[in-house]
Amino acid sequence: MTTPRLTATAVSKRFPGVVALDGVTLTLAPGEVLAVVGENGAGKSTLMKILAGVYQPDEGTVELDGRPVRFAGPAEATAAGVVLIHQELNLAENLTVADNLFLGREETTGGWLRVLGRRGMAARAAELLARVGLPADRVTRLVETLPPGEKQLVEIARALGTAVRVLIMDEPTSSLTQKETERLYAVIDSLRTVGVSVLYISHRLAEVKRCADRVTVLRDGKNAGELPKERVTHDNMVRLMVGRDMKQFYPKVHRTGTGGRSVLALDAVRYRNGPDTPVSLEVRAGEILGMAGLVGAGRTELAEAVFGVRHLAAGALALDGRPLAVKSPVDAIAAGVFLVPEDRRLHGLVTAESVGFNLSLPNLDRLRSRFGLHRRAEADLHATWIERLRVKTPSAAQTVGLLSGGNQQKVVYGKWLARGPRVLILDEPTRGVDVGAKAEIYALVDELAGRGVAVWMITSDMEELLGMSDRVVVMHEGRLAGELAGAALTEEAVMRLATGGQAG
Amino acid sequence: MMRILGVLGLLVALYGGLVGTYVQNAPGFEPTSRTQERIQGNLIDVASIQGRYGVITLGAAMVIITGGIDLSIGAVVGCAAVLFGVLTQNGVHPFAALPLVVLAGAGVGFGNGLLITRLKLQPFLVTLCGMFVYRGAARLLAGSVSRTATVEAQPEFAASLQMIRYVLIGKDASGELLFPAQFVLLLVLAAVIGFFLHRTAYGRYWYAIGHNELAAKYAGVSVDRQRVWVYVVCSALAALAGVLLFLDMPSIQADSGGQYLELYAILGAVLGGCSLRGGEGTAVGMVLGAMVLPVLENLVNIRGLKSDLIPAVIGLTLLAGTILDEFIRRRSRARH
Repeated sequence: MTTPRLTATAVSKRFPGVVALDGVTLTLAPGEVLAVVGENGAGKSTLMKILAGVYQPDEGTVELDGRPVRFAGPAEATAAGVVLIHQELNLAENLTVADNLFLGREETTGGWLRVLGRRGMAARAAELLARVGLPADRVTRLVETLPPGEKQLVEIARALGTAVRVLIMDEPTSSLTQKETERLYAVIDSLRTVGVSVLYISHRLAEVKRCADRVTVLRDGKNAGELPKERVTHDNMVRLMVGRDMKQFYPKVHRTGTGGRSVLALDAVRYRNGPDTPVSLEVRAGEILGMAGLVGAGRTELAEAVFGVRHLAAGALALDGRPLAVKSPVDAIAAGVFLVPEDRRLHGLVTAESVGFNLSLPNLDRLRSRFGLHRRAEADLHATWIERLRVKTPSAAQTVGLLSGGNQQKVVYGKWLARGPRVLILDEPTRGVDVGAKAEIYALVDELAGRGVAVWMITSDMEELLGMSDRVVVMHEGRLAGELAGAALTEEAVMRLATGGQAG
Repeated sequence: MMRILGVLGLLVALYGGLVGTYVQNAPGFEPTSRTQERIQGNLIDVASIQGRYGVITLGAAMVIITGGIDLSIGAVVGCAAVLFGVLTQNGVHPFAALPLVVLAGAGVGFGNGLLITRLKLQPFLVTLCGMFVYRGAARLLAGSVSRTATVEAQPEFAASLQMIRYVLIGKDASGELLFPAQFVLLLVLAAVIGFFLHRTAYGRYWYAIGHNELAAKYAGVSVDRQRVWVYVVCSALAALAGVLLFLDMPSIQADSGGQYLELYAILGAVLGGCSLRGGEGTAVGMVLGAMVLPVLENLVNIRGLKSDLIPAVIGLTLLAGTILDEFIRRRSRARH
């Protein structure tokens, strides 16, 4: 047996109050693609950061090519050939692609003056970009002008520039379109053939099936099991991740189907600074309307227009058949139209504040008393929704930003449910949410739809779209490209419409 | 690019106004050559002040590019001027006092940098406290200082003091401004800083840190060390400007010398295209940005407006500039 490229043996890491990793072991062969899956909080990111030198383990050893290593920081790990591509893109967007490719390891002349050797770097940059399939004209472009998928490829090109032997990617496709994802897969395949080992964290199970040679599952900071390629199935992975069987991952218990009355109707809606093509659609009681489309197709913008964040330029909204005027989120909220936004840390929560603060925020008008707030009513509201949504938090006073992604998302749902929604617009309802919390959110949304709440779900997660939607509308470049339901609702049909083709 | 054109346009307009006012106010009997002479003399006066503002603007801009802020600049200028006066009065040769004061400034910046990077304190607070501390230090050193006081105490320094004054300020023994040496100094310093900003790896690091500190850190950039460096440079430049102030002015009061200069420096940097969010700015822009305020002040003065009006006029002009800039920015973004 050959020496593994990278081994972690009985690695443990504690943070104040939490054991993030508890004796985790992992091996990676040369040229192997290993997927690490697990719920949020299972310790995947911590493990990756230890391997890449961002953290140091409290116990256990890490070996690279059979020799124990202990990196003092990411720069040292990079020098040894272990490169982490972080969850949030880590590029300086105000600099050019070439600047970013060589950031921290510029070619320089003039000794301590470190004068940049710009011509040499530009030539090498073009070579690196070619290896990830990007054209040479990107070299001098500012990173901020690139689409997210290309930024990701730039990060990989940067790793290739460092004699990388182990490439660690933390949810690399979370911001990519289907096409860009395919490109990333091709790059991973080519890395594998030249003997680079790849460690890959993902929440997208379909993706793991596509890329990985082997899957390691973490649960609660411990090894939960391993699956060889041929045994990688959705059910097997989920069972290891959550430690129980989950046949009913996408429940359809309470919903009544697509035949309900119209709750929210958009009639030839256009919004300011938006596309010229008007959009008409309706969301009905008892159903989940899925909305698919590529990143940039205008789904989020449309939802924001309905919620009053953007201004309507033409068209009309109707709620339960009566005209609805929305000039700002205040109007939308007063009418019972709520948005669970795509970026919960930016738009969904005041992350520095407590769980209770966030639950109360849109409900303060109902908690008002002559002398300020009804403290008891507020405490009741907190207790009710923390319990009903099973938010894992020590108390309502806990800072919400310290909770896991899934629990943060539950708080976003809680603040709206406490108000009683008539329309729920869910923008990427489970992004960055662990499998366990996902299942709970799906069950919750199913129940809400069953009670007559109109649910409009924007998602880029194909499994979620197909699993949860009763009916799907697809957007392409700002317009509605088509509607799919029943037997016509397939992955191929959705992708065809999303990329500008005709429904087949 | 857009922003440099903007500040350039503003400067052209201000200079145009300046020259126009001179021509308009020229007494009818005055020959044109005499008017030209007066305009020239005035422009040299303005350039001299622009040079001094520019020196501190460069420092402030570097800090701003890395995403920081330095509010202690004005106090450091005042403190450095007083320190230079006290040192020379007490027998330290001016040739030695100059590097000593600049070094002391560097030390102040080093302290600021360490507090910001090691203790992870906010730059705004650290330098705000610094502003009070260095102002207080200046008052402890002396109530006021001046060249005459130094020469009285150490008559043998008169010649060297005048020599430094000639080289750095451009004034002869009678106090007449022969050439704007401070502006020349600004151009030299801007060239050096521009070289570091745009042609070396350090400049890349500063822009990267200002835009995305984590990205720089993960790329192996020693973020803390770079940040300390820019504060060192900023305060050292402020100290240099303090010496310039001492040499230029008849006397320096410890409790007011250099007051508000940090705001002038920050404004100059922002006018020159530095975003307070960090990661933006060019050396050329810094020089242009620093040139705006002195012309504006001068224009208000020679138009015979009350000098009490100066702050309000400056504020309103800058506000208008900011609104215009934001407007242009939104326009260009919408076009993307």
